[in-house]
Amino acid sequence: MAKLVSLADGVADLVRDGDTVALEGFTHLIPFAAGHEIIRQGRRDLTLVRMTPDVIYDQLIGAGCARRLVFSWGGNPGVGSLHRFRDAVQNSWPVPLELEEHSHAGMANRYVAGASGLPFAVMRGYTGTDLPRHTDNIRTVDCPFTGETLTAVPALRPDVTVVHAQRADRAGNVQMWGITGVQKEAVLAADRSLVTVEEIVDELTPVPGQVVLPGWVVDAVARVPGGAHPSYTQDYSVRDNDFYRAWDAVSRDRDTFQEWIERHVRDVEVPA
Amino acid sequence: MTDGYTADEMMTVAAARQLRDGTACFVGIGLPSTAANLARATHAPDLVLVYESGCLGAKPDRLPLSIGDGVLADTADAVVSVPEVFNYWLQPGRIDVGFLGAAQLDRYGNINTTVIGGDYRDPAVRLPGAGGAPEIAASCREVVVVVRQSRRTFTDRVDFVTSVGYGDGPGARARLGLRGGGPKTVITDLGVLEADPATCELTLTRLHPGVTVAQARAATGWPVAVADDLATGTPPSATELTALRALEATVRSTR
Repeated sequence: MAKLVSLADGVADLVRDGDTVALEGFTHLIPFAAGHEIIRQGRRDLTLVRMTPDVIYDQLIGAGCARRLVFSWGGNPGVGSLHRFRDAVQNSWPVPLELEEHSHAGMANRYVAGASGLPFAVMRGYTGTDLPRHTDNIRTVDCPFTGETLTAVPALRPDVTVVHAQRADRAGNVQMWGITGVQKEAVLAADRSLVTVEEIVDELTPVPGQVVLPGWVVDAVARVPGGAHPSYTQDYSVRDNDFYRAWDAVSRDRDTFQEWIERHVRDVEVPA
Repeated sequence: MTDGYTADEMMTVAAARQLRDGTACFVGIGLPSTAANLARATHAPDLVLVYESGCLGAKPDRLPLSIGDGVLADTADAVVSVPEVFNYWLQPGRIDVGFLGAAQLDRYGNINTTVIGGDYRDPAVRLPGAGGAPEIAASCREVVVVVRQSRRTFTDRVDFVTSVGYGDGPGARARLGLRGGGPKTVITDLGVLEADPATCELTLTRLHPGVTVAQARAATGWPVAVADDLATGTPPSATELTALRALEATVRSTR
Protein backbone atom coordinates (compact mmCIF):
# COMPACT_ATOMS: atom_id res chain seq x y z
CA MET A 1 0.00 0.00 0.00
CA ALA A 2 1.34 3.40 -0.98
CA LYS A 3 2.05 5.90 1.78
CA LEU A 4 0.21 9.21 1.68
CA VAL A 5 2.89 11.85 2.19
CA SER A 6 3.57 15.54 1.79
CA LEU A 7 5.41 16.52 -1.38
CA ALA A 8 8.48 17.57 0.63
CA ASP A 9 8.62 14.26 2.52
CA GLY A 10 7.97 12.23 -0.63
CA VAL A 11 10.89 13.85 -2.47
CA ALA A 12 13.15 13.70 0.62
CA ASP A 13 12.48 9.98 1.08
CA LEU A 14 12.53 8.83 -2.53
CA VAL A 15 14.86 11.05 -4.59
CA ARG A 16 18.57 10.87 -3.73
CA ASP A 17 21.69 12.55 -5.08
CA GLY A 18 23.12 10.61 -8.01
CA ASP A 19 19.81 8.88 -8.77
CA THR A 20 18.40 8.13 -12.19
CA VAL A 21 15.10 10.00 -12.07
CA ALA A 22 12.24 9.98 -14.59
CA LEU A 23 9.65 12.73 -14.31
CA GLU A 24 7.39 11.60 -17.14
CA GLY A 25 4.45 13.25 -18.84
CA PHE A 26 3.68 13.92 -22.49
CA THR A 27 2.68 17.63 -22.55
CA HIS A 28 -0.16 16.58 -20.23
CA LEU A 29 0.31 15.73 -16.49
CA ILE A 30 3.90 16.93 -16.19
CA PRO A 31 4.97 16.79 -12.51
CA PHE A 32 6.21 20.41 -12.27
CA ALA A 33 5.61 20.78 -8.51
CA ALA A 34 7.69 17.68 -7.78
CA GLY A 35 10.46 18.99 -10.04
CA HIS A 36 10.46 22.27 -8.11
CA GLU A 37 10.72 20.36 -4.82
CA ILE A 38 13.77 18.52 -6.20
CA ILE A 39 15.35 21.92 -6.98
CA ARG A 40 14.45 23.25 -3.49
CA GLN A 41 16.00 20.22 -1.83
CA GLY A 42 19.15 20.80 -3.87
CA ARG A 43 19.55 17.35 -5.42
CA ARG A 44 22.76 16.96 -7.44
CA ASP A 45 24.29 14.63 -10.05
CA LEU A 46 20.94 13.31 -11.22
CA THR A 47 20.57 11.37 -14.42
CA LEU A 48 17.34 12.84 -15.71
CA VAL A 49 15.30 10.59 -17.95
CA ARG A 50 12.34 11.60 -20.06
CA MET A 51 11.09 11.21 -23.62
CA THR A 52 10.23 14.89 -23.95
CA PRO A 53 12.29 17.00 -21.54
CA ASP A 54 10.57 20.37 -21.58
CA VAL A 55 10.41 23.38 -19.30
CA ILE A 56 10.66 21.54 -15.96
CA TYR A 57 13.83 19.79 -17.17
CA ASP A 58 15.14 23.14 -18.45
CA GLN A 59 14.65 24.41 -14.87
CA LEU A 60 16.29 21.36 -13.26
CA ILE A 61 19.24 21.56 -15.67
CA GLY A 62 19.65 25.33 -15.20
CA ALA A 63 19.49 24.88 -11.41
CA GLY A 64 22.42 22.47 -11.59
CA CYS A 65 20.60 19.30 -10.49
CA ALA A 66 21.52 17.19 -13.52
CA ARG A 67 24.71 15.53 -14.69
CA ARG A 68 23.22 13.50 -17.49
CA LEU A 69 20.09 13.51 -19.66
CA VAL A 70 18.55 10.47 -21.35
CA PHE A 71 15.92 11.70 -23.82
CA SER A 72 14.44 11.73 -27.30
CA TRP A 73 13.18 15.30 -27.86
CA GLY A 74 14.15 18.35 -25.85
CA GLY A 75 12.19 21.51 -26.59
CA ASN A 76 9.54 23.94 -25.43
CA PRO A 77 6.48 22.37 -27.10
CA GLY A 78 4.79 24.74 -29.51
CA VAL A 79 7.28 27.52 -28.68
CA GLY A 80 10.87 26.63 -29.59
CA SER A 81 14.14 25.70 -27.92
CA LEU A 82 15.06 25.08 -24.30
CA HIS A 83 17.72 27.68 -23.60
CA ARG A 84 19.03 26.25 -20.31
CA PHE A 85 19.39 22.82 -21.96
CA ARG A 86 21.19 24.46 -24.90
CA ASP A 87 23.48 26.45 -22.63
CA ALA A 88 24.41 23.29 -20.71
CA VAL A 89 25.18 21.36 -23.92
CA GLN A 90 26.90 24.19 -25.81
CA ASN A 91 28.67 25.94 -22.87
CA SER A 92 28.60 23.49 -19.91
CA TRP A 93 26.61 26.02 -17.82
CA PRO A 94 26.06 25.70 -14.90
CA VAL A 95 27.65 22.23 -15.14
CA PRO A 96 28.40 19.99 -18.13
CA LEU A 97 25.49 17.88 -19.27
CA GLU A 98 26.14 14.45 -20.73
CA LEU A 99 23.57 13.27 -23.27
CA GLU A 100 22.20 9.87 -24.15
CA GLU A 101 19.95 10.42 -27.10
CA HIS A 102 17.23 8.21 -28.54
CA SER A 103 14.10 8.41 -30.65
CA HIS A 104 10.65 8.37 -29.04
CA ALA A 105 10.13 4.78 -30.17
CA GLY A 106 13.45 3.78 -28.62
CA MET A 107 12.69 5.43 -25.29
CA ALA A 108 9.16 4.02 -25.17
CA ASN A 109 10.49 0.53 -25.82
CA ARG A 110 13.22 0.93 -23.20
CA TYR A 111 10.52 1.64 -20.61
CA VAL A 112 8.43 -1.29 -21.88
CA ALA A 113 11.39 -3.64 -21.37
CA GLY A 114 11.94 -2.19 -17.89
CA ALA A 115 8.29 -2.61 -16.97
CA SER A 116 8.29 -6.14 -18.42
CA GLY A 117 11.31 -7.33 -16.46
CA LEU A 118 13.24 -8.00 -19.66
CA PRO A 119 16.87 -7.01 -20.34
CA PHE A 120 16.11 -5.33 -23.66
CA ALA A 121 13.42 -4.49 -26.18
CA VAL A 122 13.43 -5.28 -29.87
CA MET A 123 12.11 -2.94 -32.51
CA ARG A 124 12.50 -1.68 -36.04
CA GLY A 125 14.15 1.66 -35.74
CA TYR A 126 17.18 3.91 -35.95
CA THR A 127 18.37 2.17 -39.13
CA GLY A 128 20.46 4.48 -41.28
CA THR A 129 20.41 7.35 -38.79
CA ASP A 130 23.45 8.82 -37.03
CA LEU A 131 21.98 8.11 -33.58
CA PRO A 132 23.57 4.64 -33.06
CA ARG A 133 27.05 6.12 -33.68
CA HIS A 134 26.65 8.35 -30.63
CA THR A 135 24.56 6.17 -28.35
CA ASP A 136 26.07 2.93 -27.14
CA ASN A 137 22.63 1.83 -25.96
CA ILE A 138 21.43 1.24 -29.52
CA ARG A 139 22.61 -2.08 -30.97
CA THR A 140 21.39 -4.76 -33.33
CA VAL A 141 20.15 -8.28 -32.69
CA ASP A 142 19.42 -11.14 -35.09
CA CYS A 143 15.95 -12.64 -34.92
CA PRO A 144 16.37 -16.30 -33.81
CA PHE A 145 13.46 -17.32 -36.06
CA THR A 146 13.98 -15.40 -39.31
CA GLY A 147 17.59 -14.23 -39.04
CA GLU A 148 16.49 -10.68 -39.73
CA THR A 149 18.59 -7.93 -38.14
CA LEU A 150 16.59 -5.77 -35.77
CA THR A 151 17.36 -2.99 -33.30
CA ALA A 152 17.80 -3.71 -29.60
CA VAL A 153 17.60 -1.15 -26.81
CA PRO A 154 18.30 -1.99 -23.16
CA ALA A 155 15.66 -1.82 -20.45
CA LEU A 156 15.40 1.52 -18.72
CA ARG A 157 15.08 1.14 -14.96
CA PRO A 158 14.98 4.49 -13.18
CA ASP A 159 15.81 4.54 -9.47
CA VAL A 160 12.69 6.62 -9.09
CA THR A 161 9.85 7.69 -11.36
CA VAL A 162 7.66 10.68 -10.55
CA VAL A 163 4.32 11.27 -12.30
CA HIS A 164 1.29 13.47 -11.77
CA ALA A 165 -2.26 12.08 -11.99
CA GLN A 166 -5.85 13.15 -11.49
CA ARG A 167 -6.62 11.36 -8.24
CA ALA A 168 -5.93 8.60 -5.75
CA ASP A 169 -7.82 6.93 -2.93
CA ARG A 170 -6.61 6.62 0.66
CA ALA A 171 -4.91 3.30 -0.08
CA GLY A 172 -2.81 5.03 -2.74
CA ASN A 173 -4.51 3.52 -5.79
CA VAL A 174 -3.99 6.06 -8.57
CA GLN A 175 -6.20 6.96 -11.53
CA MET A 176 -5.04 8.92 -14.56
CA TRP A 177 -6.65 9.54 -17.93
CA GLY A 178 -6.37 11.59 -21.12
CA ILE A 179 -2.95 11.51 -22.79
CA THR A 180 -1.09 9.12 -20.50
CA GLY A 181 2.08 8.84 -22.61
CA VAL A 182 4.53 6.39 -21.14
CA GLN A 183 3.76 7.06 -17.46
CA LYS A 184 2.48 3.58 -16.57
CA GLU A 185 5.56 1.96 -18.08
CA ALA A 186 7.90 4.45 -16.38
CA VAL A 187 6.36 3.75 -12.95
CA LEU A 188 6.44 -0.03 -13.43
CA ALA A 189 10.06 0.11 -14.68
CA ALA A 190 11.31 2.05 -11.63
CA ASP A 191 12.57 0.83 -8.25
CA ARG A 192 10.64 3.55 -6.43
CA SER A 193 7.77 5.82 -7.41
CA LEU A 194 6.12 9.02 -6.27
CA VAL A 195 2.76 10.13 -7.65
CA THR A 196 1.41 13.63 -7.10
CA VAL A 197 -2.37 13.92 -7.51
CA GLU A 198 -4.96 16.65 -7.80
CA GLU A 199 -7.13 15.11 -5.09
CA ILE A 200 -7.47 12.20 -2.71
CA VAL A 201 -10.93 10.67 -2.67
CA ASP A 202 -12.74 8.00 -0.65
CA GLU A 203 -13.91 6.14 -3.70
CA LEU A 204 -12.39 6.06 -7.23
CA THR A 205 -15.13 6.41 -9.85
CA PRO A 206 -14.18 4.60 -13.09
CA VAL A 207 -13.40 6.89 -16.06
CA PRO A 208 -13.22 5.89 -19.75
CA GLY A 209 -9.67 5.25 -20.92
CA GLN A 210 -8.22 5.47 -17.44
CA VAL A 211 -4.91 4.01 -16.35
CA VAL A 212 -4.89 2.53 -12.86
CA LEU A 213 -1.72 2.21 -10.85
CA PRO A 214 -2.59 0.00 -7.87
CA GLY A 215 -1.34 1.24 -4.50
CA TRP A 216 0.93 -1.79 -4.17
CA VAL A 217 3.14 -0.72 -7.10
CA VAL A 218 3.44 2.88 -5.89
CA ASP A 219 5.63 3.95 -2.94
CA ALA A 220 4.16 7.33 -2.12
CA VAL A 221 1.26 9.55 -3.13
CA ALA A 222 1.20 13.28 -2.38
CA ARG A 223 -1.81 15.53 -2.81
CA VAL A 224 -0.62 18.51 -4.87
CA PRO A 225 -3.53 20.36 -6.49
CA GLY A 226 -2.29 22.15 -9.62
CA GLY A 227 0.93 20.11 -9.41
CA ALA A 228 1.17 19.94 -13.20
CA HIS A 229 1.03 23.70 -13.80
CA PRO A 230 1.90 25.16 -16.36
CA SER A 231 1.09 21.84 -18.08
CA TYR A 232 -2.45 20.60 -17.62
CA THR A 233 -4.52 17.91 -15.97
CA GLN A 234 -7.41 16.73 -18.11
CA ASP A 235 -10.75 17.58 -16.44
CA TYR A 236 -8.99 19.65 -13.74
CA SER A 237 -6.98 22.38 -15.47
CA VAL A 238 -5.95 23.70 -18.90
CA ARG A 239 -2.44 24.30 -20.20
CA ASP A 240 -1.02 27.72 -19.35
CA ASN A 241 0.22 28.51 -22.84
CA ASP A 242 1.23 32.04 -21.83
CA PHE A 243 3.67 30.57 -19.33
CA TYR A 244 5.36 28.42 -22.00
CA ARG A 245 5.68 31.44 -24.28
CA ALA A 246 6.98 33.64 -21.45
CA TRP A 247 9.54 30.96 -20.49
CA ASP A 248 11.39 31.57 -23.74
CA ALA A 249 12.42 35.07 -22.61
CA VAL A 250 13.01 34.11 -18.95
CA SER A 251 15.31 31.23 -19.88
CA ARG A 252 17.41 32.98 -22.54
CA ASP A 253 19.44 34.92 -19.97
CA ARG A 254 21.30 33.24 -17.08
CA ASP A 255 20.62 36.04 -14.57
CA THR A 256 16.94 36.34 -15.42
CA PHE A 257 16.64 32.59 -15.12
CA GLN A 258 18.35 32.54 -11.71
CA GLU A 259 16.17 35.35 -10.40
CA TRP A 260 13.11 33.46 -11.58
CA ILE A 261 14.20 30.24 -9.84
CA GLU A 262 14.95 32.09 -6.59
CA ARG A 263 11.63 33.86 -6.58
CA HIS A 264 9.27 31.19 -7.91
CA VAL A 265 10.91 27.98 -6.70
CA ARG A 266 13.53 28.35 -3.95
CA ASP A 267 11.72 31.03 -1.95
CA VAL A 268 8.35 29.33 -2.10
CA GLU A 269 7.01 27.92 1.17
CA VAL A 270 5.51 24.45 0.77
CA PRO A 271 3.46 22.66 3.39
CA ALA A 272 5.57 20.04 5.20
CA MET B 1 2.33 39.19 -49.94
CA THR B 2 1.37 38.25 -53.51
CA ASP B 3 -2.18 38.75 -54.72
CA GLY B 4 -3.52 38.82 -51.20
CA TYR B 5 -1.73 35.79 -49.73
CA THR B 6 1.69 35.19 -48.19
CA ALA B 7 4.40 32.70 -49.20
CA ASP B 8 3.75 30.81 -45.95
CA GLU B 9 0.04 30.59 -46.76
CA MET B 10 0.84 29.26 -50.24
CA MET B 11 3.18 26.68 -48.68
CA THR B 12 0.62 25.51 -46.14
CA VAL B 13 -2.13 25.28 -48.77
CA ALA B 14 0.16 23.35 -51.15
CA ALA B 15 1.09 20.98 -48.31
CA ALA B 16 -2.55 20.42 -47.36
CA ARG B 17 -3.38 19.54 -50.98
CA GLN B 18 -0.90 16.64 -50.79
CA LEU B 19 -3.09 14.80 -48.30
CA ARG B 20 -5.79 12.53 -49.70
CA ASP B 21 -9.15 12.10 -48.02
CA GLY B 22 -9.59 8.84 -46.12
CA THR B 23 -5.90 8.18 -45.59
CA ALA B 24 -4.08 8.02 -42.25
CA CYS B 25 -1.48 10.69 -41.61
CA PHE B 26 1.13 10.73 -38.81
CA VAL B 27 1.37 14.44 -38.04
CA GLY B 28 4.34 16.40 -36.72
CA ILE B 29 3.70 19.65 -34.85
CA GLY B 30 4.06 23.08 -36.45
CA LEU B 31 3.68 23.48 -40.20
CA PRO B 32 2.65 19.83 -40.79
CA SER B 33 -0.08 20.05 -38.16
CA THR B 34 -1.44 23.29 -39.61
CA ALA B 35 -1.49 21.82 -43.13
CA ALA B 36 -3.08 18.54 -42.01
CA ASN B 37 -5.83 20.37 -40.17
CA LEU B 38 -6.37 22.62 -43.19
CA ALA B 39 -6.77 19.50 -45.36
CA ARG B 40 -9.36 18.17 -42.92
CA ALA B 41 -11.19 21.51 -42.99
CA THR B 42 -11.27 21.60 -46.82
CA HIS B 43 -10.94 18.67 -49.25
CA ALA B 44 -10.18 15.82 -46.83
CA PRO B 45 -12.77 15.72 -44.03
CA ASP B 46 -12.07 12.03 -43.42
CA LEU B 47 -8.31 12.35 -43.13
CA VAL B 48 -7.24 10.35 -40.07
CA LEU B 49 -4.82 12.39 -37.96
CA VAL B 50 -2.43 10.39 -35.79
CA TYR B 51 -0.33 12.25 -33.21
CA GLU B 52 2.61 10.67 -31.40
CA SER B 53 1.11 11.60 -28.01
CA GLY B 54 -1.22 8.64 -28.65
CA CYS B 55 -4.20 10.42 -30.21
CA LEU B 56 -5.63 8.40 -33.10
CA GLY B 57 -8.18 10.07 -35.37
CA ALA B 58 -8.02 13.47 -33.68
CA LYS B 59 -10.56 16.00 -34.99
CA PRO B 60 -9.60 19.28 -33.32
CA ASP B 61 -11.80 22.32 -34.03
CA ARG B 62 -8.82 24.59 -33.42
CA LEU B 63 -5.10 24.24 -34.12
CA PRO B 64 -3.40 22.25 -31.36
CA LEU B 65 -0.61 24.20 -29.69
CA SER B 66 1.48 21.10 -29.20
CA ILE B 67 1.40 17.40 -29.93
CA GLY B 68 -0.13 16.73 -26.50
CA ASP B 69 -2.79 19.46 -26.56
CA GLY B 70 -5.94 18.38 -24.69
CA VAL B 71 -8.10 19.18 -27.73
CA LEU B 72 -6.49 16.21 -29.52
CA ALA B 73 -7.41 13.77 -26.74
CA ASP B 74 -10.93 15.22 -26.41
CA THR B 75 -11.70 14.69 -30.12
CA ALA B 76 -9.78 11.47 -30.89
CA ASP B 77 -11.31 8.12 -31.85
CA ALA B 78 -8.94 6.61 -29.31
CA VAL B 79 -6.17 7.73 -26.99
CA VAL B 80 -3.49 5.07 -26.61
CA SER B 81 -0.14 4.91 -24.83
CA VAL B 82 3.02 6.10 -26.56
CA PRO B 83 4.51 2.57 -26.80
CA GLU B 84 1.28 1.49 -28.48
CA VAL B 85 1.23 4.32 -31.04
CA PHE B 86 4.76 3.48 -32.15
CA ASN B 87 4.67 -0.33 -31.87
CA TYR B 88 1.15 -1.18 -33.02
CA TRP B 89 0.25 1.68 -35.34
CA LEU B 90 3.43 3.06 -36.90
CA GLN B 91 5.91 0.16 -36.99
CA PRO B 92 3.78 -2.40 -38.92
CA GLY B 93 3.13 0.11 -41.71
CA ARG B 94 -0.49 1.04 -40.98
CA ILE B 95 0.07 4.75 -41.65
CA ASP B 96 -0.15 6.09 -45.20
CA VAL B 97 1.66 9.40 -44.88
CA GLY B 98 4.24 10.70 -42.45
CA PHE B 99 4.13 14.47 -42.39
CA LEU B 100 7.34 16.05 -41.08
CA GLY B 101 9.23 19.30 -40.76
CA ALA B 102 13.04 19.70 -40.87
CA ALA B 103 15.83 21.94 -39.63
CA GLN B 104 18.16 20.74 -42.40
CA LEU B 105 17.39 18.68 -45.48
CA ASP B 106 19.68 17.34 -48.23
CA ARG B 107 19.14 16.37 -51.87
CA TYR B 108 18.17 12.81 -50.84
CA GLY B 109 15.59 14.01 -48.35
CA ASN B 110 17.62 13.07 -45.29
CA ILE B 111 16.51 15.20 -42.33
CA ASN B 112 18.48 16.72 -39.47
CA THR B 113 16.76 17.93 -36.30
CA THR B 114 19.62 17.10 -33.90
CA VAL B 115 22.69 19.36 -34.11
CA ILE B 116 24.05 21.99 -36.48
CA GLY B 117 27.78 22.57 -36.93
CA GLY B 118 30.74 21.46 -34.87
CA ASP B 119 30.71 17.89 -33.69
CA TYR B 120 27.95 16.03 -31.93
CA ARG B 121 29.38 16.55 -28.43
CA ASP B 122 30.24 20.19 -29.07
CA PRO B 123 27.71 21.53 -31.58
CA ALA B 124 27.28 25.11 -32.76
CA VAL B 125 23.53 24.73 -32.26
CA ARG B 126 21.75 22.06 -30.27
CA LEU B 127 18.32 21.31 -31.77
CA PRO B 128 15.48 19.41 -30.00
CA GLY B 129 16.40 15.99 -31.40
CA ALA B 130 14.68 13.07 -33.03
CA GLY B 131 11.31 12.73 -31.31
CA GLY B 132 9.20 10.36 -33.36
CA ALA B 133 10.68 11.32 -36.72
CA PRO B 134 13.23 8.50 -37.41
CA GLU B 135 10.60 5.79 -37.26
CA ILE B 136 7.95 7.94 -38.98
CA ALA B 137 10.39 8.49 -41.87
CA ALA B 138 11.24 4.77 -41.92
CA SER B 139 7.80 3.18 -41.68
CA CYS B 140 5.09 5.33 -43.29
CA ARG B 141 4.12 4.36 -46.85
CA GLU B 142 5.30 7.77 -47.95
CA VAL B 143 6.68 10.89 -46.34
CA VAL B 144 5.79 14.52 -47.04
CA VAL B 145 8.12 17.20 -45.70
CA VAL B 146 7.07 20.81 -45.30
CA VAL B 147 9.84 23.31 -44.67
CA ARG B 148 10.79 26.89 -45.58
CA GLN B 149 13.49 26.88 -48.26
CA SER B 150 16.86 28.58 -47.72
CA ARG B 151 20.55 27.74 -48.08
CA ARG B 152 20.73 27.26 -44.33
CA THR B 153 18.03 24.60 -44.45
CA PHE B 154 18.58 23.05 -47.89
CA THR B 155 22.13 21.93 -47.40
CA ASP B 156 24.45 19.79 -49.52
CA ARG B 157 25.02 17.43 -46.61
CA VAL B 158 23.04 17.38 -43.40
CA ASP B 159 25.25 17.72 -40.30
CA PHE B 160 23.48 14.76 -38.67
CA VAL B 161 21.09 12.20 -40.13
CA THR B 162 18.19 12.19 -37.67
CA SER B 163 15.68 10.67 -40.11
CA VAL B 164 16.58 8.83 -43.29
CA GLY B 165 15.27 9.89 -46.66
CA TYR B 166 16.93 8.07 -49.55
CA GLY B 167 20.25 7.74 -47.68
CA ASP B 168 23.11 8.08 -50.19
CA GLY B 169 20.90 7.47 -53.21
CA PRO B 170 19.22 4.70 -55.23
CA GLY B 171 18.86 1.38 -53.39
CA ALA B 172 19.86 2.75 -49.99
CA ARG B 173 16.45 2.33 -48.36
CA ALA B 174 16.24 -1.30 -49.47
CA ARG B 175 19.78 -2.00 -48.22
CA LEU B 176 18.87 -0.50 -44.86
CA GLY B 177 15.71 -2.60 -44.67
CA LEU B 178 13.41 0.42 -44.40
CA ARG B 179 9.87 -0.63 -45.21
CA GLY B 180 8.22 2.69 -46.01
CA GLY B 181 8.55 4.52 -49.33
CA GLY B 182 10.51 7.56 -48.18
CA PRO B 183 10.17 11.31 -48.79
CA LYS B 184 8.16 11.54 -51.98
CA THR B 185 7.38 15.24 -51.78
CA VAL B 186 8.89 18.32 -50.18
CA ILE B 187 6.73 21.44 -50.03
CA THR B 188 8.38 24.79 -49.43
CA ASP B 189 7.48 28.47 -49.52
CA LEU B 190 8.93 28.60 -53.06
CA GLY B 191 7.55 25.46 -54.66
CA VAL B 192 7.39 21.69 -54.65
CA LEU B 193 10.22 19.19 -54.99
CA GLU B 194 9.65 15.51 -55.74
CA ALA B 195 12.06 12.63 -55.50
CA ASP B 196 13.14 11.48 -58.97
CA PRO B 197 12.30 7.76 -59.17
CA ALA B 198 15.61 6.95 -60.91
CA THR B 199 18.13 9.14 -59.06
CA CYS B 200 16.20 9.60 -55.78
CA GLU B 201 17.24 13.26 -55.91
CA LEU B 202 14.76 15.92 -54.90
CA THR B 203 13.80 17.64 -58.14
CA LEU B 204 12.01 20.95 -58.45
CA THR B 205 8.73 20.09 -60.18
CA ARG B 206 6.56 23.07 -59.34
CA LEU B 207 7.03 26.71 -58.46
CA HIS B 208 4.51 28.73 -56.55
CA PRO B 209 3.05 31.63 -58.56
CA GLY B 210 5.53 34.49 -58.95
CA VAL B 211 8.61 32.45 -57.94
CA THR B 212 11.46 31.96 -60.46
CA VAL B 213 13.86 29.03 -60.93
CA ALA B 214 16.71 31.42 -60.10
CA GLN B 215 15.13 32.18 -56.73
CA ALA B 216 14.71 28.49 -55.96
CA ARG B 217 18.30 27.77 -56.99
CA ALA B 218 19.58 30.62 -54.84
CA ALA B 219 17.78 29.13 -51.85
CA THR B 220 19.21 25.62 -52.33
CA GLY B 221 22.64 24.57 -51.09
CA TRP B 222 23.25 22.11 -53.93
CA PRO B 223 22.80 22.33 -57.71
CA VAL B 224 19.14 21.40 -57.60
CA ALA B 225 17.68 19.39 -60.48
CA VAL B 226 14.75 21.02 -62.26
CA ALA B 227 12.07 18.98 -64.03
CA ASP B 228 11.70 19.40 -67.81
CA ASP B 229 7.97 19.88 -67.32
CA LEU B 230 8.35 22.37 -64.46
CA ALA B 231 4.89 23.70 -63.66
CA THR B 232 3.46 26.63 -61.79
CA GLY B 233 1.21 25.79 -58.85
CA THR B 234 -2.34 26.97 -58.41
CA PRO B 235 -2.71 29.90 -56.03
CA PRO B 236 -4.74 29.33 -52.87
CA SER B 237 -8.47 29.46 -53.50
CA ALA B 238 -10.68 31.77 -51.50
CA THR B 239 -12.06 28.71 -49.68
CA GLU B 240 -8.57 27.51 -48.75
CA LEU B 241 -7.44 30.92 -47.57
CA THR B 242 -10.57 31.49 -45.51
CA ALA B 243 -10.24 28.07 -43.87
CA LEU B 244 -6.51 28.57 -43.15
CA ARG B 245 -7.02 32.02 -41.65
CA ALA B 246 -9.92 30.76 -39.53
CA LEU B 247 -7.66 27.97 -38.20
CA GLU B 248 -4.84 30.38 -37.44
CA ALA B 249 -7.26 32.72 -35.69
CA THR B 250 -8.08 29.86 -33.30
CA VAL B 251 -4.46 29.92 -32.12
CA ARG B 252 -4.50 33.68 -31.57
CA SER B 253 -7.73 33.40 -29.58
CA THR B 254 -6.13 30.97 -27.12
CA ARG B 255 -3.28 33.40 -26.41
